[in-house]
Amino acid sequence: MSGHSTYKPKTGFTRWLDSRLPIIRLGWDSFVDFPTPKNLNYWWTFGGILALCLGIQIATGVVLAMHYVPSGLAAPGGSLAFNSVEHIMRDVNHGWMIRYIHANGASMFFLAVYIHMFRGIYYGSFKPPREVLWILGCIIYLLMMATAFMGYVLPWGQMSYFGAVVITNLFGALPIVGKSITTWLWGGFAVDNPTLNRFFSLHYLLPFMIAGVVVLHIWALHVPGNNNPRGVEVKSKADTVPFHPYYTVKDGFAMVVFLILFASFVFYMPDALGHPDNYVPANPLVTPAHIVPEWYFLPFYAILRAVPDKLTGVLCMFGAVGVLFVLPWIDRSKTRSMRYRPTARLFFLIFIVDCLLLGLCGSHEPDDKIFANLAGFTFIDSNLNSYTWLSRILGLYYFGFYVILFFLSWTEKPLPVPESISEPVLKGPALPKGATAEAEKKG
Amino acid sequence: MLRKTTLIAAFVGLALGAALAPGALAATTQAPLKEVSWSFEGPFGKFDQAQLQRGYKVYHDVCSTCHSMNLLSYRNLADKGGPFYKEGVNPNESPYAKAIAKDFMVPDIDTDTGEAITRPATPSDHFKAPFANEYAAKAANGGSAPPDLSLMAKAREGGPSYIYSVLTGFTAPPAGLTVAPGKYYNPYFAGDLTSFWNGAANQVPPGGTISMPPPLKPNLVAFDDGTKATVSEEAWDVAAFLAWAAEPHQEERKQTGFAVLIYLFIFAGVLYASYRQIWSKIDH
Repeated sequence: MSGHSTYKPKTGFTRWLDSRLPIIRLGWDSFVDFPTPKNLNYWWTFGGILALCLGIQIATGVVLAMHYVPSGLAAPGGSLAFNSVEHIMRDVNHGWMIRYIHANGASMFFLAVYIHMFRGIYYGSFKPPREVLWILGCIIYLLMMATAFMGYVLPWGQMSYFGAVVITNLFGALPIVGKSITTWLWGGFAVDNPTLNRFFSLHYLLPFMIAGVVVLHIWALHVPGNNNPRGVEVKSKADTVPFHPYYTVKDGFAMVVFLILFASFVFYMPDALGHPDNYVPANPLVTPAHIVPEWYFLPFYAILRAVPDKLTGVLCMFGAVGVLFVLPWIDRSKTRSMRYRPTARLFFLIFIVDCLLLGLCGSHEPDDKIFANLAGFTFIDSNLNSYTWLSRILGLYYFGFYVILFFLSWTEKPLPVPESISEPVLKGPALPKGATAEAEKKG
Repeated sequence: MLRKTTLIAAFVGLALGAALAPGALAATTQAPLKEVSWSFEGPFGKFDQAQLQRGYKVYHDVCSTCHSMNLLSYRNLADKGGPFYKEGVNPNESPYAKAIAKDFMVPDIDTDTGEAITRPATPSDHFKAPFANEYAAKAANGGSAPPDLSLMAKAREGGPSYIYSVLTGFTAPPAGLTVAPGKYYNPYFAGDLTSFWNGAANQVPPGGTISMPPPLKPNLVAFDDGTKATVSEEAWDVAAFLAWAAEPHQEERKQTGFAVLIYLFIFAGVLYASYRQIWSKIDH
């Protein structure tokens, strides 16, 4: 998509087509000849894995929509929606497989996107000239969250219903517009059949919007080209290899390894990431004991509940996602890769643990004790030995991390950065041969 | 080095999450479920057809007086892997499914006169529910409708082991626990008994009170294969039957998964070899 094209049409037809719609040239330049840094490690394979995930979700989703009935109308055993999902599980040929792939596929999609995002932060892939690329990625992530949330509502089980109630009510906390937004989301005055209908419509629409933004994301990637683990720009042809076959084969291998994990869930623990309550048909009169979102939303859920004031909690939760959009202007360090920023790297590692622990907090009731045998004592409004306080401390670090990055940009003294991708890591005093080779290998 | 640290951090986090996750249900309490072994456990587990038949009999003779199974049809009993499956027999033509179905009278419309009638069920009919609707079910059961059992084995933490534990777990309430009339103490039925307990505050008994009286008794069911009908046997068999009913394709799922994984492992091996081969010429 950028630079000089090396595509040469070989047959009469491709020459004819190339002068009218150079689509083969586009594909050639983007996915065959595209010069890619030769030191990309396995963390870089998640882009391809995510494209695969989106493809799987759309393919299985289209088939599921052929059998699914988006209606909350009561039917023996549940509702038309609930029963149609069970019809897929029981009577549609391989319907159980298609549904389990779709349901677990959402989890796999988020697992991959989180690794992809952490990789972007660690190696500074959001820094100039890739800010637009990063922001497009954030938009994709936001669309994924909306899609996943609405998809979870569709089976119209207890968790679907009450998840929808909790999340849509969050918008009600917004001043002035809150009430109108919730009414508009519900299509009435409570979560009901109209809500399910519009969620289904949007759940079918948003993935294609994601696909559209993915095209932009790849376009924005192919203008500056890939970042790489060293974070230095490509200097010469010696730094790159053509995308095909070098990265088609590497990404392909990583995809299949990822599919092994995916298949283990689909075929051996298909409900492990779900909640048993969602096999109970939605009943507005019976509130489940614990309403929890899917695992991939738990860190944000923990941030939401850590704040006593509803509106502030909602703003913090959306802020936790929103802050990602401005990351290129928070971390202004000229050194991209944290490989050469030991201090930033330390805070980054703590940040990963922080996010995982926030997820843990989200899965617990706020008043649950962290250490069951410790009485603890009340500090301000809650027991210090409770997930409320742990969420608060972790939430503070979540936002604190960005503040730290902001100030580190000025104060930190990064390690020397290699001249280029092909150069040895350090100039000056010669390193033992093994050390150099090891650093090279890291690429 | 860094990759290792990252990986270790990730694994520690995940392990921590897994270890502490059961605590997620701490507000209501429940005794730890009984350890039960199931033929369909594990990656190669299969349903025991004789056990499914016994389990269906328990459901038919005992549970179905109050509990519906609306998601099942009589033909499902003769589906592949089901209690009355016979190779080469179309489930809709199965003599077993037909014989079981015809004992139930289901509502229908006479297409000649348009009048409401009842007729014997056929394999394509859904299991006949014991009550006409939820209100009738509530009215006949002291205000709480018995839940549908189609998905019970998936709708509770622990699945079949939960069902077994509840069915065999009825005990006399500990001294100090007030049990309302029409309710029965069961330590495996998740609940919060704090407000019914007048003993020490830190010794609230686990579990809750359930509206279902202990349903099983020895010799309540006469098993056709001569198996001794103890309470434990009846509970074990019906829990297995409900596990099948909740996910009839479980066996097929595991068998398919095995083939899929073998394929993926071979494919991964081939791709890794190609990767090494292709990259061997690149200094990186």
